[in-house]
Amino acid sequence: MLSFIIRRLAVAIPTLLILVVFSYVIMYAAPGGPFDMERALPPEVMDNLNAKYGLDKPLVVQMFNYVYNVVVHFDFGPSYMYKNQTVNDIIAQGFPVTLTYGFWSFVVAVVVGMSLGVMAAIYHNSWLDYLAVGISIGAQVLPNFVMAPILVLFFTLWLGWLPGGGWQGGQWQYVIMPVIALSTSFMASIARLTRSSMLEVLNANYIRTARAKGLPMRRVIFRHALKPALLPVVSYLGPAFVAMITGSVVVDMYFSTGGIGVFFVNSALNRDYSVIMGITILTGALTILFNLVVDILYAWIDPKIRY
Amino acid sequence: MILNRAKARELETAQIGAEIEGRSLWADARIRFFRNKAAVGGLIILILVGLFAAFGQHMTPWSNEEVDWGVLGQVDTMGRPSFESKHYFGTDDLGRDLFARTVQGTQISLMVGLIGALIAVVVGTVYGATAGYYGGRIDNVMMRIVDVMLSIPYMFVLILLLVIFGRSVLMLFVGIGLISWLDMARIARGQTLSIKNKEFVEAAHAIGVRPSTIIRRHIVPNLLGVVIVYATLLVPTMIIFESFISFLGLGVQEPATSWGALISEGAKQMQYGTLWMLLYPLFFFVITLFAFFFVGDGLRDALDPKDR
Amino acid sequence: MNLKAMLTLTAATAVFATASLAEGTHPVTGEKLSDNQTFTYRLLDQFPTLDPQLNEETAGSHVIRDLFEGLMIQDADGNLIPGMAESYEASNGNKTYTFHLRDAKWSNGDPVTAQDFVYAWQRAADPATASPYAWYVELTSMVNAKEIVAGEMDKSELGVKALDDKTLEVQLTQPLPYFPAMTTYATLSPVHQATVEKFGAKWTDPENMVNNGAYNLTAMVLNEYHTREKNPMYWNADNVIIEKTTGLIINSETQALTRYKAGEFDHLEPLPAGQFPALQEELPDEAHSVPRLCSYYYAFNLRPDAKPEIQDPRVRRALTLAIDRDVIVNQVLKGGQWPAYNFSHVKTAGFEMPEIDFANMTQAERDAEAKRLMEESGVKDLDLKLIYNTSESHKQIATIVSQMWKQKLGVSTTLENMEWKTYLDVRRDGHFDLARSAWCADYNEASTFLDLLTTTHGSNDGKFSNAEYDALMLASKTSDNPNEMYTKAEQIISDESAIAPIYHYANTFLLSADIKGWPYNNAENNWYSKDLYRIAE
Repeated sequence: MLSFIIRRLAVAIPTLLILVVFSYVIMYAAPGGPFDMERALPPEVMDNLNAKYGLDKPLVVQMFNYVYNVVVHFDFGPSYMYKNQTVNDIIAQGFPVTLTYGFWSFVVAVVVGMSLGVMAAIYHNSWLDYLAVGISIGAQVLPNFVMAPILVLFFTLWLGWLPGGGWQGGQWQYVIMPVIALSTSFMASIARLTRSSMLEVLNANYIRTARAKGLPMRRVIFRHALKPALLPVVSYLGPAFVAMITGSVVVDMYFSTGGIGVFFVNSALNRDYSVIMGITILTGALTILFNLVVDILYAWIDPKIRY
Repeated sequence: MILNRAKARELETAQIGAEIEGRSLWADARIRFFRNKAAVGGLIILILVGLFAAFGQHMTPWSNEEVDWGVLGQVDTMGRPSFESKHYFGTDDLGRDLFARTVQGTQISLMVGLIGALIAVVVGTVYGATAGYYGGRIDNVMMRIVDVMLSIPYMFVLILLLVIFGRSVLMLFVGIGLISWLDMARIARGQTLSIKNKEFVEAAHAIGVRPSTIIRRHIVPNLLGVVIVYATLLVPTMIIFESFISFLGLGVQEPATSWGALISEGAKQMQYGTLWMLLYPLFFFVITLFAFFFVGDGLRDALDPKDR
Repeated sequence: MNLKAMLTLTAATAVFATASLAEGTHPVTGEKLSDNQTFTYRLLDQFPTLDPQLNEETAGSHVIRDLFEGLMIQDADGNLIPGMAESYEASNGNKTYTFHLRDAKWSNGDPVTAQDFVYAWQRAADPATASPYAWYVELTSMVNAKEIVAGEMDKSELGVKALDDKTLEVQLTQPLPYFPAMTTYATLSPVHQATVEKFGAKWTDPENMVNNGAYNLTAMVLNEYHTREKNPMYWNADNVIIEKTTGLIINSETQALTRYKAGEFDHLEPLPAGQFPALQEELPDEAHSVPRLCSYYYAFNLRPDAKPEIQDPRVRRALTLAIDRDVIVNQVLKGGQWPAYNFSHVKTAGFEMPEIDFANMTQAERDAEAKRLMEESGVKDLDLKLIYNTSESHKQIATIVSQMWKQKLGVSTTLENMEWKTYLDVRRDGHFDLARSAWCADYNEASTFLDLLTTTHGSNDGKFSNAEYDALMLASKTSDNPNEMYTKAEQIISDESAIAPIYHYANTFLLSADIKGWPYNNAENNWYSKDLYRIAE
């Protein structure tokens, strides 16, 4: 297993390099640049800006400089849009925010989602099943850009319990609504995946045997059924966890949390190349890392799995 | 209880299986699918929504783009749903008939949901099963490609598609297709890693069945349960994702619309006393998703090879 | 000089009796002041910077006006009043300006000197600074500005020098009567040299910033909020009433409105399109609509290789006539906007509206004329591509206009929305028949609009070109009575149907009823926290 992990981490570096090259090329190929605005800048002003940020150099040179600075200095460059901020500043501000509400969303989604899924599977086709399925579908059908304004109407305007937005360093009353808005659809997916894979496992021969031998239901479920049923859920959770901790643009925009979700979309819309690259590399590294974690979990769930 | 039900099914299967050996899986699945009330209900709703999309336009004198000038400017009073004005679902904020717009939006969004899910199922399953079955270096390369594709700033891919190929509904599906299968591939691969160690796969391998046949005959059928359930989860995601693609300019253009666009416009108007703009499109979105979920669950139950 | 006398007088009347503040009443109006002198408002987006010289467009300008004070500032009616300069005089036929600075201090206690202005202005022009607003320095026509920005001369050659610590002399290449007004803009604010050099790009962080305005930056979290608190070192701090101003960034329009109603902040701008009348009814003391110096229009693509039908002025005129602007203004936008039949905003200072023939017709007459022109031109089955950047109100207007053309003229329109930067690119490259456009005034004078349609202007994306028009605009620069020329220029735009004007902007906003001192009559919508105060309920 250790050699597998080392091999995978070694592959991560070329993978990230390919990601950088690929992203750079499509980003530059897309129309518009960071300094285009309603008012066309005079050419001399545009030249000065391009020179200051090194955008006047050939793409290959820019890419090389970028990778060099990242690897040697861990410097992801200045933001082209937020002129007094570096990409490191922006990620240092935004990532803890999304990490916080993303982590809690993950916890809520996994705990509630798996409980609903297991309950639905055990009481298959009973009213408990329908209730669990109903809750999970209900949580998914309301897109979060519909849910977010409803939450604020409810908790802020009508009840006056929670502030309508902001982050304030992550005080609990600012975290609740983002977590609700972000976790629900993930929770629903987890519930439905758990339910279906649990049903599959419960029908497997060894579970039937265990039941036939008269083992108590609870023991069958937790000792024998749950672990193998986790496999597809774990596959889903890898990318889902990364998606949650890198934030959601809807959450950041509707709740003014200042997380990297909103930075990513704004930087893409504004062609703030360095910020796009910084967040892309962060997302890429996390994706690779957590897919490795998923593979390790596979081996724990099913010891027969070999890589 | 589970045991009894399973046993009953076993008996059914045995009867059918005895007659036509090769088609038993599918014939059996069909029978079991139609016994599932929720699944059949879902299917009926889907057909009704499909009929609504196909023929709804004939039920209204309004088109999806005509502005009712008498309503414009006072939508909150004149634009209410009413049979008198023939605006059955009311109008949108510009006095355009919401019924006609919902009909037309349904056409787009149903297609987006179905095609997105279909691409995910076909490409994702085959890709994931291949990577998982071969394992080793092939798996590593194939899955790192997925990692890269999951991480690239996807918005630029969409913008480039727009710039290079121009806008069209086809490009919308290309845009959706490019991203929809990635997570599916990961799930299919995960399942395959486990399935390939099962006795029946090892047996097939031992007697010299070709890998492509093993994947097709033994791996994929065992993946279908999870794949179908996950595909139904993708449907709402794709339908909402379409509105982002359209925001960039690649997808559906005014005056054409979609559920995503209608719901998001309706949500913006939520507090202005024109709630119908949100509720009608949302209603169709919701019942369709319910229908997809129940059909998906029904299919899963019906196709579960162990559940016989 | 008259102006100097006038300015000194204004300054004198502006001096308040400090004593009355302590008693909790407003020194001039006598209103009872609230104990809570804070002001909180919503921002749509994060502004890119608070560095005055790097600032671009309008997003961060209102914050910079609170933090940094230029030579001149504006009062509630948009009149020029002294800021850092106590007075100035113009000589050499408006080509030399001499400013006399008052005794003022930076927030760290250093005196504000003429050298600080020289440093800041050189910095704005310096290619190494790479300010996106370096062109603003060129616009002031300061001696050598253009050459410095182009990198052909050293920044020390800029036509501004400190005669002594308190006297600043500016040399211009052409007579510019409105130069003092230009000094209110962020780009020409002073900065504290030692601080900028010590901290580099980080000098605008709250803990590093040294500034000379009425407020200090005390906290800033990108895309969340920032706060600015009263600066005790400000020269007029005794008359500053609001203690703390907070800007909350809320991207979503609906969230912002809900949170305003929940009482989380005092000022919300802009209001959702079409909701102004309803909000005015619901919150009559809080909903306001004031002019905003921006014009909304559709640009015709007049490049030689563009669609030939559009080159026919009759077709363009027919399209312009068929747009029922009253419907757009009164039934779609509903926020007090003006239907536009010309380019320059109707409220532009000194601007005299030309007699535009179709402005006084009824819409039925316009429609009839439009049909006649279409027939006369012989154009049939016209299909136009109208591009706009993705946005709710652009979409609404494009939809309505395309329906008007379809129903009145049988012209079909293909609407194409794009995200902002793609749209800019497509528009600049001329891949359109009609393009949604808008232009906002840089200063309160009609040339800020009309220059756009000169042949060489960088933002003339429709490529309208007319020799007579260019000559008029050039002559207006040195004319004693430029407004007459602007009127003529507008007449050419109308005769040629160079663009299809649609509406002139209004700013709609909600403001808590207990916040007073808002500059409703400032046509450029420039507000300063120092002029606001909260009265007791």
